[in-house]
Amino acid sequence: MERLVFLLSTGLARGAVLALFALSLVIVYRAARVVNFAQAALAVVPVYVAVAVTAATGSYWLGLACALTAGALLGAVVERGLMRRVPQDNPLAGIIVAIGLVMVLQAGLAIAFGPDHRPVHAPFSQRPLTVGGVALMSPYDLFVLLVAAVVMGALAWLFGRTSLGLRMRAAAFAPETSRLLGVRVPRMVTLGWTLSIATAALAALLLVPTGLGLDPHAADVLFVNAFAAAVIGGLDSPVGALAAGLSVGVLASLVTGYASAAAAPPAVLALLTVVLLVRPHGLFAAREARTA
Amino acid sequence: MSALTVEGLTVGYGDGAPVLDGLDLTVPDGGVVALLGANGAGKTTLLRALLGLTPARRGRVLLDGADLTGLPTEDRVRRGLALVPEGRGVVAELTVAENLRLGALWRYAGRKHARPERDAAVGQMYELFEPLARRRAAPGHTLSGGERQMLALARALVARPGVLLLDEPSLGLAPLVVAQLLGVLRDQARATGLTVLLAEQNVTGALSVADRGVVLSLGEVVADRPAADLAADPALRHAYLGF
Repeated sequence: MERLVFLLSTGLARGAVLALFALSLVIVYRAARVVNFAQAALAVVPVYVAVAVTAATGSYWLGLACALTAGALLGAVVERGLMRRVPQDNPLAGIIVAIGLVMVLQAGLAIAFGPDHRPVHAPFSQRPLTVGGVALMSPYDLFVLLVAAVVMGALAWLFGRTSLGLRMRAAAFAPETSRLLGVRVPRMVTLGWTLSIATAALAALLLVPTGLGLDPHAADVLFVNAFAAAVIGGLDSPVGALAAGLSVGVLASLVTGYASAAAAPPAVLALLTVVLLVRPHGLFAAREARTA
Repeated sequence: MSALTVEGLTVGYGDGAPVLDGLDLTVPDGGVVALLGANGAGKTTLLRALLGLTPARRGRVLLDGADLTGLPTEDRVRRGLALVPEGRGVVAELTVAENLRLGALWRYAGRKHARPERDAAVGQMYELFEPLARRRAAPGHTLSGGERQMLALARALVARPGVLLLDEPSLGLAPLVVAQLLGVLRDQARATGLTVLLAEQNVTGALSVADRGVVLSLGEVVADRPAADLAADPALRHAYLGF
């Protein structure tokens, strides 16, 4: 029982990071209709910025702010400078360009900073708190959950309650109709990339202290699991990304705790397979339109 | 409110023969002009080219004398040109209220009392289209065909365009709904001085609300006359409109 509670609570914290990263994939998919295979490499670059700033100033929070800014800028630059120039008539071109970008970024980071792990310290203790003798999550896990909740709340407010969010949603669903209503669709696509890479960078930054440390491949496994979560959730659905991200996190934590860490990735893929067999468009896919 | 002038417009797809070849057309300020013609005459192509959705090879589009050539679609819209596209261009994933708000956004953006003015404009549309008011929280994909066409028209009107272009608003709708929609359109044009270019296959309906009719055939204007004359000319109807 105690073990179950501990695994559930740490699973939730891991799941929150997964959900954030899955959400970033959903945002860019909705904005630009691309599955961004470069998301992990793009998310790691701002983490290097954060580590450098934190090392120079001693402030974790300044590093965090710089990572978000760098992620946002990187998203805008990649969209304006690269992805916008890729032919849109078939999805393959965008996927291949993204994979090329992964190679360039990861090799570039390895050349600039070396391929070794750099230890990254968390701003809070990572030792589990105990309540009534039962080990629960650590203060850092609590911080991760809190940050993820705040960011998701902010994104939900942006997309659901503001005029900018309305324009972004409309531009994603119906680009031509949106242009007919005066929406500057190309700007909305750039903004989607900006939000997406900033969110992905935040997820990677939250993840790094819980793993081996920072290296150019630090977010690769996160990308694979988050991509599975995004697809389980429906790829188009922020709520789906949230629910599936938390579920995948808890599942991986339980399998790691009761079986072995090596069994966690197959368990995630098994869940993905089952969901896609039962609901091919994911759990939270949009319903069919009325045609009569 | 605005006049629309088309000069020598040539539009084609790929490297084939042009669909419109050197087309000239004037829609006077406050005029309601019916754009008639069989399938493939070039009606939709003309409307899309006016908005810049389909690129023109040659020619100019002028709105109140200002050249729109080279402007992207969203800037043409912001100059006061609106299109209700064929097939009820409602954003199916957004609700009725969101669709209407989206249509009004650019018009009221940056004003001092942007939100109250926008809400008032949306409120007027609910008064004009009673069924939409009852379904304001319903997502677009749950609307009937008639409701969608109403929403598409309301969403265009809410931004108070100078020139409204409509592409076959009657397509697939019951006669009663068509009569109601065209009635609203005529009343709005009279009340606000809105300039309308109405592309239709429903010739009788279109000519009943228009003051002029333009017949398009194979990309050329073959007749441009007062609506009443056109409706009364059996030879022309037979030659170009097939009845």
